Amino acid sequence: MNTPDDIRAANPSIDRPGGHDHVDVATMVLSAIADVAPEVEPELADLDHDVDVWNELQLDSMDHLAVMTRLSEQTGIEIAERNYPRLTTIRSLCDFLAAGGD
Amino acid sequence: MTPPNDATFDYAMPSLGADMDEGRVIEWRIAPGDTVHRGDLVAVVETEKSDIDIEIWHDGVIEELLVDLGQLVDVGTPIARLRRVGGGPPTMKGAPVTTERIAEGSIAERRVASSPLARRLAADRGIELGDLRGSGPGGAVVEADVLAASTAPAAPAAPAAPARPDPPRRSADTMRQLIAERMSTANREIPHYHLARDLDVDALETWLAERNANRPIDERVLPAACFIRAVALAAARHRDLNGWWVDNRFEPAESVNVAMAVSLRRGGLVTPHIERADERSLDEVMAALTERVAAARTGKLRSSWMTGASITITHLGDTGADLVHGVISPPQVALVGFGRPRSLPSAVDGSVVIRPVVTATLAADHRATDGAIGSRFLATLAQLIDHPEDL
Repeated sequence: MNTPDDIRAANPSIDRPGGHDHVDVATMVLSAIADVAPEVEPELADLDHDVDVWNELQLDSMDHLAVMTRLSEQTGIEIAERNYPRLTTIRSLCDFLAAGGD
Repeated sequence: MTPPNDATFDYAMPSLGADMDEGRVIEWRIAPGDTVHRGDLVAVVETEKSDIDIEIWHDGVIEELLVDLGQLVDVGTPIARLRRVGGGPPTMKGAPVTTERIAEGSIAERRVASSPLARRLAADRGIELGDLRGSGPGGAVVEADVLAASTAPAAPAAPAAPARPDPPRRSADTMRQLIAERMSTANREIPHYHLARDLDVDALETWLAERNANRPIDERVLPAACFIRAVALAAARHRDLNGWWVDNRFEPAESVNVAMAVSLRRGGLVTPHIERADERSLDEVMAALTERVAAARTGKLRSSWMTGASITITHLGDTGADLVHGVISPPQVALVGFGRPRSLPSAVDGSVVIRPVVTATLAADHRATDGAIGSRFLATLAQLIDHPEDL
């Protein structure tokens, strides 16, 4: 699994001011993706947090909804459909969740 | 093994699709003494495509489990004996054990004539039965042929040590093989005709966005569910496209069971169906779809989803191609495809405007219907998509 240390090791750029939040939230986001799509798990450690994650991992609309549902359940944060277009990268998802939604 | 008497009946390895002729129980969910009811999950069966939870079709009490875990058995082999409670199934004195009747293509046709032991040995040793010359009755491949092949020094494919007692049979290769056989049959036997129609999905997208905006995430509906509903309603109105081509004639299905092609990330696809999708609400279809896709991707499909589909949908999704000229899954007679949503210039009231469009295609069996019926089906589909509030 992706522990915060794994993710930090794979993505040195995320250790920056406020980066700890990002790492913890990123762990949750990546775990949600791994739960929905176990086959992509090997790709997660090296995943660039600034690319379109759905395209990069070839996740379809059903996977997308399943991941969003999981994150919403785990955080209690409503993720409205109108926010989907800007929640395409791990970083944008983390920023959104860390800020408690919009 | 003694045949069942009047007080008992046998539960047989079900056929979980036209391309399955054997399977193995890898987990029991019942034990002798357990009372089971129709619809209960009794075991997990490993097939070449997926692990599938199999359901029982009659109430009863489990008397005995008849096969071992991991034992490969042919479809129709009794795997559990049950004591009757209440009615149970009709007694089958003298009759061969049959599985639930489903309209499926001939399994024997694609199968290499072979003995069960030969198949088991071949599977254990990684030998393709089709590569062997059979010396048994009617050219059937028998044990000796497999043993000869596996010891022949000239056969590099044969592994030297058939040590693993229970090798995994399923792989991307076997999945590929199954799809290859099935689609080859479809292309060889089905005279396809192909039709296409652009669906203006502006009303659908607007209606869905408004509907979803007021709902928590687990009650939101995706366009895919709307397409399933629309196909189900259209198929209910055009019954000639909803059913099976069996024994040189069209057999209409009594209900509209819409299968959905679900691609698997390890390669290949499975097509679980939603039974009576025309009688379910949109929310129910969405819930059923979510459940089946998740099950398909985690290898936990239910047997009742895998047989009896009357029409199939392939939905390419947001990142797919513009349209698909599909190949029908025999013995069905129609496959409906939905391409990627696109913004296209359209003529509306004499002006050119940009509209969101999804191209729907129909691949249909010309033995069962002609293009006129197919065209009417697509027209109905367009009308339904234009009035999403009715879905």
